[in-house]
Amino acid sequence: MTAATIPRVHPLRDSVTMLRRNLKRMLRYPSMTVMLVGMPVVFLLLFVYVFGGTLGAGLGGGGGRAEYANYVTPAIILMTVMSAVQGTAISIAMDMTEGIITRFRTMHIARVSVLTGHVLGSVLQGLFAVAIVIGVALLVGFRPEAGPLGWLATTGFLAFMTFAFVWLCVALGLKSKTVETASNAPMPLILLPFLGSGFVPTESMPAGLRWFAEHQPFTPIIETLRGLLMNEPIGGHVWIATAWCAAIALGGYLWSKRLYNRQS
Amino acid sequence: MAISVSGLRKSFGDQVVLDGLDLTVPSGTVFALLGANGAGKTTTVKILSTLLAADAGDVRVAGHDVAREPDAVRAAIGVTGQFSAVDKLLTGAENLRLMADLHGLSRRDGRRRTAELLDVFGLTDAAGKPASTYSGGMLRRLDLAMTLVGSPRVIFLDEPTTGLDPRSRRDMWQIVRDLVAGGVTILLTTQYLEEADELADRIAVLDHGRIVAEGTADELKRRIPGGHVRLRFADTQGVDTALGLLDDAARDNDALALRVPSDGSLTALKTLIDRLDERAVAVDELSVHTPDLDDVFLALTGRPAEEKVTSR
Repeated sequence: MTAATIPRVHPLRDSVTMLRRNLKRMLRYPSMTVMLVGMPVVFLLLFVYVFGGTLGAGLGGGGGRAEYANYVTPAIILMTVMSAVQGTAISIAMDMTEGIITRFRTMHIARVSVLTGHVLGSVLQGLFAVAIVIGVALLVGFRPEAGPLGWLATTGFLAFMTFAFVWLCVALGLKSKTVETASNAPMPLILLPFLGSGFVPTESMPAGLRWFAEHQPFTPIIETLRGLLMNEPIGGHVWIATAWCAAIALGGYLWSKRLYNRQS
Repeated sequence: MAISVSGLRKSFGDQVVLDGLDLTVPSGTVFALLGANGAGKTTTVKILSTLLAADAGDVRVAGHDVAREPDAVRAAIGVTGQFSAVDKLLTGAENLRLMADLHGLSRRDGRRRTAELLDVFGLTDAAGKPASTYSGGMLRRLDLAMTLVGSPRVIFLDEPTTGLDPRSRRDMWQIVRDLVAGGVTILLTTQYLEEADELADRIAVLDHGRIVAEGTADELKRRIPGGHVRLRFADTQGVDTALGLLDDAARDNDALALRVPSDGSLTALKTLIDRLDERAVAVDELSVHTPDLDDVFLALTGRPAEEKVTSR
């Protein structure tokens, strides 16, 4: 039997198809999205209303709770993204236990589309969660100074950052043997913003911790977000943040690809 | 040849799963790989469907080498595994349309093909319900329907009816027969001898990673000793009398039963009954056994088919 020429693969078309599949799955399983949005909203309310008065006074601007709402919102936005990518790791791990992934592997489609479908879906889900969290933040006193251009830059930066961490979590999800592991593996991503300039200025920390806080990737990311949203000078932070994100995206992508091709 | 395999070997660590497998399947036929759990059936299907790399051997499917041209093989095959390969959060229709999109069908062709397959597989009423609400038989039908969206020329069915109730099993058999009538080639694995007997043109018995026998169901049956009559007596005295009377009778597992070789014909039965009658031996029960694939399996592997070898 001599076969006709093999049909071409269409990575873009297949990725869009897989994205549609993932968006449908998110709609059918909304509790995941609710959890992803709920967690940062709870933290936002906690930090603004419970700790906000005291922490705001410590910022030294005399603005109290209102000043702290502006200070902490970028960190909560970052936390929202980390919460969303934790969802990516969970849904990837869940998906890998399903027989349909095996079916995809026996089909003549762009192999990577299974992953890119998840990535695109998670980025959209993350941006959706961030939009809701920003909405809640505005209600509790967040007063951003960004103009249209600033918002545009914020959106672009957030999308790129989410994209980077989504790829990292795709790898973590693939690496995990169980859904439980996949849900725990990205935990450091939720905790790291606390060990940076997210909730208090790094100057207030003891020397060793301060050094770590100033050199870990989340601090420049938070400072970039803060600068864009509050229309303040960002300085070198944006380049350091972008470089970190690019490295994480590339590393996550290559690691994911290797893990996915190895599994069967 | 739709499928040709020679010298296929595969080990996991130091456990040899496939130990030099050879088989050929002509286009448009059904080939059954029959074996207990752990015999290597699923591993064979995984290698043939490009999911797993072989350690050694030459494997060609639909005219392409699975190691060198996996994409060409994938474009020609369809696989329905043991575990349902459907998206349980999507509805039946959405699952089928997903396949249509991945095969590059236009929106209109995709909808047409979806409707067609839902109809053929009796899923039209459940089309809008999530697959998670489907019964085992419905899931298996949806699974196979999804495999067919791309009109594959070679289909692998890995234990297609394991875990199905008898009715769903018969439905599945009918579907397979219809497919073959349409000209596709099917390689199916099964641990049910009846299933191989019902569906397959040729059967290979797989045991410990080797093919121990291959042929049509009839050829395989001919390879083992003929049928027998099983006699069950009321007491041991009856057994002893009958043993003295019938020289070729042999004791059965059951202490009160004997097996007498026989072709099961009326004349043979009458002779047997007359001889027992003359001496007034009371027979509780008489049954005629023609050899089935169970006997073949037992004769070839030294074990009854139901015995489960520890699966990997």
